[in-house]
Amino acid sequence: MANHDYEIHEHDVLVIGAGGAGLRAAIEAAAQGVSVGLVCKSLLGKAHTVMAEGGIAAALGNVWPEDNWQVHFRDTMRGGKMLNNWRMAQLHAQEAPERVLELERWGALFDRTKDGRILQRDFGGHRYARLAHVGDRTGLEMIRTLQYHGIHQGIDVYMECTITRLLKDGERVCGAVGYWRETGRVVVFKAKAVVLATGGIGKAWKITSNSWEYTGDGHSLALWAGADLIDMEFVQFHPTGMVWPPSVRGILVTEGVRGDGGTLKNSEGKRFMFNYIPDFFKGETADNEEEADRWYADKKNNRRTPDLLPRDEVARAINTEVKAGRGSPHGGVFLDIFSRRTADYIRKRLPSMYHQFKELAGVDITKEAMEVGPTCHYVMGGVRVEADTTQSTVKGLFAAGEVAGGMHGSNRLGGNSLSDLLVFGRRAGLHAALYAKDFGGTLTIDSGQIEQASRAMLAPFERTGGENPYAIQSDLQETMQTLVGIIRKEPELKEALKRLETLKQRAGKVHVDGHRQYNPGWHTALDLDSLLTVAECSAVAALERTESRGGHTRDDHPYTDDTWGKVNVVLRLKDGRLQVSREPLPEMPPELRALFQERK
Amino acid sequence: MPTFTMQVFRGDARGGNFKEYRVEVDPGMVVLDVIHRIQATQATDLAVRWNCKAGKCGSCSAEINGKPRLMCMTRMDLFREGDPISVAPIRGFPAIRDLVTDVSYNYVKAKEVPPLRIKPPEPDGTYRMMQEDIDRIQEFHKCIECFLCQDVCHVIRDHEENKRAFAGPRFFIKLAGLDMHPLDTVDRTAFVKDAAGVGLCNITKCCTEVCPEHIHITDNAIIPLKERMADEFFDPVVWLLRKFRSKRKVPA
Repeated sequence: MANHDYEIHEHDVLVIGAGGAGLRAAIEAAAQGVSVGLVCKSLLGKAHTVMAEGGIAAALGNVWPEDNWQVHFRDTMRGGKMLNNWRMAQLHAQEAPERVLELERWGALFDRTKDGRILQRDFGGHRYARLAHVGDRTGLEMIRTLQYHGIHQGIDVYMECTITRLLKDGERVCGAVGYWRETGRVVVFKAKAVVLATGGIGKAWKITSNSWEYTGDGHSLALWAGADLIDMEFVQFHPTGMVWPPSVRGILVTEGVRGDGGTLKNSEGKRFMFNYIPDFFKGETADNEEEADRWYADKKNNRRTPDLLPRDEVARAINTEVKAGRGSPHGGVFLDIFSRRTADYIRKRLPSMYHQFKELAGVDITKEAMEVGPTCHYVMGGVRVEADTTQSTVKGLFAAGEVAGGMHGSNRLGGNSLSDLLVFGRRAGLHAALYAKDFGGTLTIDSGQIEQASRAMLAPFERTGGENPYAIQSDLQETMQTLVGIIRKEPELKEALKRLETLKQRAGKVHVDGHRQYNPGWHTALDLDSLLTVAECSAVAALERTESRGGHTRDDHPYTDDTWGKVNVVLRLKDGRLQVSREPLPEMPPELRALFQERK
Repeated sequence: MPTFTMQVFRGDARGGNFKEYRVEVDPGMVVLDVIHRIQATQATDLAVRWNCKAGKCGSCSAEINGKPRLMCMTRMDLFREGDPISVAPIRGFPAIRDLVTDVSYNYVKAKEVPPLRIKPPEPDGTYRMMQEDIDRIQEFHKCIECFLCQDVCHVIRDHEENKRAFAGPRFFIKLAGLDMHPLDTVDRTAFVKDAAGVGLCNITKCCTEVCPEHIHITDNAIIPLKERMADEFFDPVVWLLRKFRSKRKVPA
């Protein structure tokens, strides 16, 4: 391919992904005075962050002055079953309040306390009401605030542009190559530092709260560029997704419903969560309905309702209830807030949920219970990064937000994602900019790498007789849903890997019709590459970890095993093949370890 | 399963026409599901923009049977099985391909809006705002930027020439939201009058009618903006007072 066949843009820092983490990274890098490019797969402001509902976890202490970063840190580590990178969890808890206040200075309007400060709501696994929020549309407020602040910071935004490969100059990253969705033309970015902020991998499952964009692009780009991935076995199934009608199955129902007083009930009308309190959380969880209900108003003398156990616990409990035949008519359980709170309160606190159920399911949540069940929501695993700088194991490559691993351990607490995006988005932007400033020599772009990437992009048009990409995508989602779901076992994981191998063969022959201009069939075909890569990573890691912990439950290894509590499952490519190893977790210093001994 | 007849616009900037697809429809399906089914089985290259499929991202705006709506929030049971359903791109913006349009006008206008500049914090370094003082602005912040209001706005729908000096309903709520923000210090009245062209709006409320978030665009944003502008520029008493008094806000 001759040089004139593609355009080249050059920046000090290239940020891939424009959700909360990417926007925050771009803003910070620009503040450091370097040239910044921000690439988004969709239009600006449409990234997945927009769908976040419940809130941003930050120990502001506005509602409960007893709250502080140490308590938040402890909740986060315990929620992740102690597999978190302790340093990331510490930085996150320490810096989240300032990141929230900063959003307010940029125009965000959070719901208020009576004395005019930022109101905070209860959420699963958090000891105190901690989530700064705007009704149930916090993500929208966050992305709009960052977007409208960001457009005045001199950042070049490249919309509807998909990156398919990172470019390397020796051991370091030097840019990226991709295509414009609108024209289908190849575009090259030359950059001293690259920040991945591409979100997750949820589109590999059939029932998911994730949008079409969530095809594991950043995870795959990093892996292909030689970076390590960790914890890919840990996938969060959010306990409450819509289950009916079929076309909306998987759409998220915020945890805020339970935070604001809603409870889960089975077909017998029982609040079944009281039967699923694990020993690990017994000390802090109410074992009777009276105490659980008192807890909303009086947290000092009562323990938390089991409806707000961490998400992994609640999702497994719902799964068990349904399997035992105590589910709702459409295979979920009931989520009841209508009998516990007034209609006005529900409409004020949960307007999107009210709207969503009314319009999509014909259900009035102020008058009847919702039907809900688990939906694939978030991947805890991701690019292995240095906690303070977010740099990956590849020079010049940084990662923040869902695409990065370690922060949430084996299970993420609700509300900790939006704060993660802000805290580590900022750090990624800062350190990528510092890296770019320090960068001495010149970058050389290897046209061979660009040509290879271009050829791979255009191949689906040139083949004849291959399959429709949608059929392969749908079979992949079915495979992951049935064989690498909430409950896993060895023979099924092995079967999944076998099927993924076949799917890879099929994807290698995929054919698309039409031309390169805004062609979703072609885009889907190209996304298969990363989707298959992350599916395999997740299945391989799940097979490796022979214990149950957080977002990874093995039917054949149902217990949590202390030896496994000391290691991450690490994946990297060696000679084109996926290599698995177990590597020790960073060791927590004694002063932080002490936080786990003080209280029950 | 009932089978529906869908007439979907296929074409690009050079033109195009409606193509008919027969699609089986499951219970609860929305128009976007039907479009996806056509993509997966009959026309893999059918271009459509979408993200969340839950009415939160505002990507899948289209004109369904001539009415501007979000495809993901339009249930198929609104329609009768025998009646053909037309799905066209939003007409207020240039076509790219099939159901996808070039909405870059909105991003240009977004950048023109003078941003928030906030007053100094309280002694403790933070800010106090009362809920009742932000209720109205929170209504504006519900905007998902689907641009349906921009699509139906008469001022620009068939008048390309007005686009240069007209921001459109989406940005009137943005401007009103900034104006009412308790911490803001910028005076945008001149901008609202000249660059945003609020005077061109003749309050037909079409924008309010199509807003999927049910924001009272006309009553709560445009009319207050018009009133402010009228007071500021056309009321002789205010004009005189302004000559002698220092202003609360700094011009943008």
